[in-house]
Amino acid sequence: MKNEPQTGRGAFPAFSGKEPGKELGKELWQESPEAGVWDYSVPGREGVALPDVDVPGCELPPGIPQRKELPLPEISELDAVRHFTRLSRLNYSIDTHFYPLGSCTMKYNPRISEKIAALPGFSLAHPLLPEFLCQGSLEIMELLQNFLAEISGFQAISLQPAAGAHGELCGVMMIRAYHQKNGDSRRLRMLIPDSAHGTNPASVAMCGFQAVQVPSDSRGNIDIQALKSLCDDTLAGLMLTNPNTLGLFEERLTEAVEAVHNAGGLVYGDGANLNALLGVFRPGDAGIDVMHFNLHKTFGTPHGGGGPGAGPVGAGRKLAPFLPGPRVLREGTVLRLAMPENSIGRVKAFYGNFSVLVKACTFIAMLGAKGLRAVSENAVLNANYLKKLIERGYSIPYNRTCMHEFVASGHLSDTIHALDVAKRLIDYGCHPPTIYFPLIVKEALMIEPTESESRKTLEAFADAMLAIAEEARHNPDIVKTAPHGTPVGRLDEVSAARNPVLKHSNEKAP
Amino acid sequence: MRYDASAVYHSSHEWARKEGELLVIGISDYAQDSLGDIVFVELPAPGKYLKKDQPFGVVESVKAASDVYAPVSGFVEQVNDSLVDNPGLVNSDPFGEGWFIKIKPDNTAEYEALMTAQAYEAFVKGL
Amino acid sequence: MTPFIANTDSDRKLMLDALGLGSVAELFAAIPEKYRFPDLKLPAALSEPEIFQELSAAASRNADAGGYALFAGAGAYNHFVPSVVDALSSRGEFFTAYTPYQPEASQGTLQALFEYQSMAADLFGMDIVNASHYDGASALAEALLMAWNAASRQRSKVVLSSGLHPEYRAVIETYTRNLGITLCTPGPGTSAGAKTETETETKMETETLESLIDAETACVAVQFPSFFGNLEDYSRLCETAHRNGALFIVSADPLSLALFEPPGSYGADIVTGEGQPLGNYLSFGGPCLGMFAATKSLVRKMPGRLAGEAMDGQGRRGYVLTLSTREQHIRREKAVSNICTNQGLAALRAAIYLAVMGKNGLKKVADITYRRARYAAGKLGKLPGFSVLNTAPFFREFVLRCPLDTWEIMNRCAKLKIVPGVPLSRWFPERTQDILVCVTEMNSRSQIDSLVSVFETFCGEAASEK
Repeated sequence: MKNEPQTGRGAFPAFSGKEPGKELGKELWQESPEAGVWDYSVPGREGVALPDVDVPGCELPPGIPQRKELPLPEISELDAVRHFTRLSRLNYSIDTHFYPLGSCTMKYNPRISEKIAALPGFSLAHPLLPEFLCQGSLEIMELLQNFLAEISGFQAISLQPAAGAHGELCGVMMIRAYHQKNGDSRRLRMLIPDSAHGTNPASVAMCGFQAVQVPSDSRGNIDIQALKSLCDDTLAGLMLTNPNTLGLFEERLTEAVEAVHNAGGLVYGDGANLNALLGVFRPGDAGIDVMHFNLHKTFGTPHGGGGPGAGPVGAGRKLAPFLPGPRVLREGTVLRLAMPENSIGRVKAFYGNFSVLVKACTFIAMLGAKGLRAVSENAVLNANYLKKLIERGYSIPYNRTCMHEFVASGHLSDTIHALDVAKRLIDYGCHPPTIYFPLIVKEALMIEPTESESRKTLEAFADAMLAIAEEARHNPDIVKTAPHGTPVGRLDEVSAARNPVLKHSNEKAP
Repeated sequence: MRYDASAVYHSSHEWARKEGELLVIGISDYAQDSLGDIVFVELPAPGKYLKKDQPFGVVESVKAASDVYAPVSGFVEQVNDSLVDNPGLVNSDPFGEGWFIKIKPDNTAEYEALMTAQAYEAFVKGL
Repeated sequence: MTPFIANTDSDRKLMLDALGLGSVAELFAAIPEKYRFPDLKLPAALSEPEIFQELSAAASRNADAGGYALFAGAGAYNHFVPSVVDALSSRGEFFTAYTPYQPEASQGTLQALFEYQSMAADLFGMDIVNASHYDGASALAEALLMAWNAASRQRSKVVLSSGLHPEYRAVIETYTRNLGITLCTPGPGTSAGAKTETETETKMETETLESLIDAETACVAVQFPSFFGNLEDYSRLCETAHRNGALFIVSADPLSLALFEPPGSYGADIVTGEGQPLGNYLSFGGPCLGMFAATKSLVRKMPGRLAGEAMDGQGRRGYVLTLSTREQHIRREKAVSNICTNQGLAALRAAIYLAVMGKNGLKKVADITYRRARYAAGKLGKLPGFSVLNTAPFFREFVLRCPLDTWEIMNRCAKLKIVPGVPLSRWFPERTQDILVCVTEMNSRSQIDSLVSVFETFCGEAASEK
């Protein structure tokens, strides 16, 4: 398009001397917007060849009002292929661009996992087959239950939840059920650090608990004194993300877990950041009572443009009987599905996002113990190396050895903010990091490179970041008005929220 | 930053101004400025009784949502319906057309205890 | 070492040097030593051909719809998935992206979601559909919470039809347990399982539901078609709910709405549904597609992401995630739900499916499904000793009472590579002779005729004679 981005490198010495935009695949971008699917519609077009009705009679029932109008488009198969292929090209994705979206672990999604999940034996298996006809599916689920238990140090795993927040909800419900079973119905306060994901307090509210915020200390750890002062006999538990959302390992972990346990509370581990810990640390060993896994983060299953993920829950001795179900149990050579003894119940129909489970199982089986440890080691090394490169142009508020991600400040000047840095990164051919989270860092840029990326990609990204820092000083307008070469520029979110248009109108414009 | 000298202020940034027997309530210029472009305002139904310091509505920008607190107790007599279609009035005219509700206060002492414009200005500068 | 890690030993050396470290292990000093580097007991790593062989072998131990004649439904349906759905949704630009937080770099996902929302809303006859929920069951459970919130949590009663899927009912129980919400269902006690197949039972059920609705009722939730396949006109029940100030919620099968008037047409306030039949595979029950629709006036109480139109500075139309203040990342404990990751790819598949099926194709699939199910019921119900319990009209599924124990039938059919349905004793232990039979456009007429001849061989074998 017209506004070709100017690189504006100025006098700032770039790290590799190469053009980061080129290096990062900028030229893959399709720069014109795509028409709506309705614009392809022509009355009479058909997109699929379907069988004809071949059974006699069977008219529609008279008592049930029949559909009068079904306003769906009418397009040919090629129309569909063109339209959705063109749409796909308007996306940045792991397959096309570096995607260091903090907290989301955007690692490579192996194609073998897709191929296995698509096998008809899995994709065409009905969930309500009698158990003797679906032993293959149950084997995969048993295998994954065992893998996850070994990796995390928990006694038992339920694969049922469909996403991380779903698993988190289960964990909190389990804590509530545990206290209720013990007649401890006064325990309604759940402690949540101020650096936590928004899902933590939201899940707590959905269980009828009260969220109580705990501050962080100057090293980015949970403020242990504040925590201790909140531990009393109304305490339900603590929700702890470790490594926390600053990408830092909780240095007072043992102390925090002890304080909560001594007060009769339980500790929920948010497993969002498990990619730093494979073969490195098992949350179950350190006394965490329950944790969810994000299979789509840690075990390389695709994020799908927003989902599906999978959010299995693992629990130690105290909470294992409360897991959601059903789970797979082995009885001799036969596998079957059963509800745990004091289960909180079901949180979805059937057994979890099965095809995601197959993919995660594939990933773990292909890496083994050594490979998994290498995943975390490389993820952590990549993050620390990238932090080192970026430090030269950005402040890192809690700057110590990080785990798989780190948080920089995007506040470059009074006029250039984290949002501007993010938008300018798009011009350089890179998906922006997570911005404005965690809330405890002003103008946060949360950067997670993952183990998949090469040193070269990290260096090109750092070059782009440093070039933007330089632009902010000498050519701030180009940053402020970024992105420039995209199908649309910055969109007016205020008008979008004031007068929401959430559905295509089938009425023709006058 | 503007301060309406004829209004009094609550520490959570609502203002109240006498209008006959009623009190007009809104949010301060400082509050609207901190929130950014207002996209939605949720107001109580007329006739509802509000208790001082309790949330009575919500004001939202694109990336933030904030409760609005009653600076004094009383029954809601009127609500500013024009904010439904035009929440931007809170940004453009926080002390005028961007008012939220009118209430009939039942305790004058509560009103007397609120900050004057001068005191509120000092309070904001100290934040 | 593994194809999933790009750096080599020399890269690592160089990076460690830059960090002033001697080994990677030094990066983990913050971890208490006694817990550091546990020895994971996992099987040896497998190569790509090895893992493919091993898991293919597991897959072959399932009775999939490729090798078996499948008449099982009950919430997961074997409908045809057009090839373009696979081809387009497996483009890496779609499935390796994440939530479109940065609209300028995510217009593909955002526009596809907007198109899904629009087509799904038209199908449901509703104003707004969100960008997806986990599945039909959790969507329905959150719809009840939404109705409870919409009534400012002042109405604590929820009236549930006995025709809800028993697993949906179970999910509702899990979600509402800690919130002081009372679930009311017609029939004995409050447990699911009242029989509602026959016309008389259906009528009684509707009357009882109506009598349960009062000023304490936040909402009434029904399923269309019911778990047992029944089609009912809910317009009167919806009116009764509204007269009492309660919201009316329908968990609707989207495909059936190509033939019958959608819940929006008679005033439903929230419509949820399982979108798996729209271009998503059975996949042993997941991923599914939770569809979630509401009227415009309820949009700010609605959970989940919403894609909306927006303009840029040059007047170009684009799409953004909007009304985010409802969500957990902004509103935290005051959010309308904790949902974050949804089922975006399943929604994309549904969008592609609805687009290629179009108004005529979707109707055709629903029509064949309806007629073949009627045909199968007609034939099976006439076999001596068998009877179809549904006397009301039904779609896709019906309950067949058999002369012998349904597990006996399942076992004998399995040897013939037939899965004749789902035994209802799975959820209702006393119903040992009832099987829920499902027929779609994937069950050819000759496949139905074979099922009939197999069942014919069971005739005259009464359960008691076994």
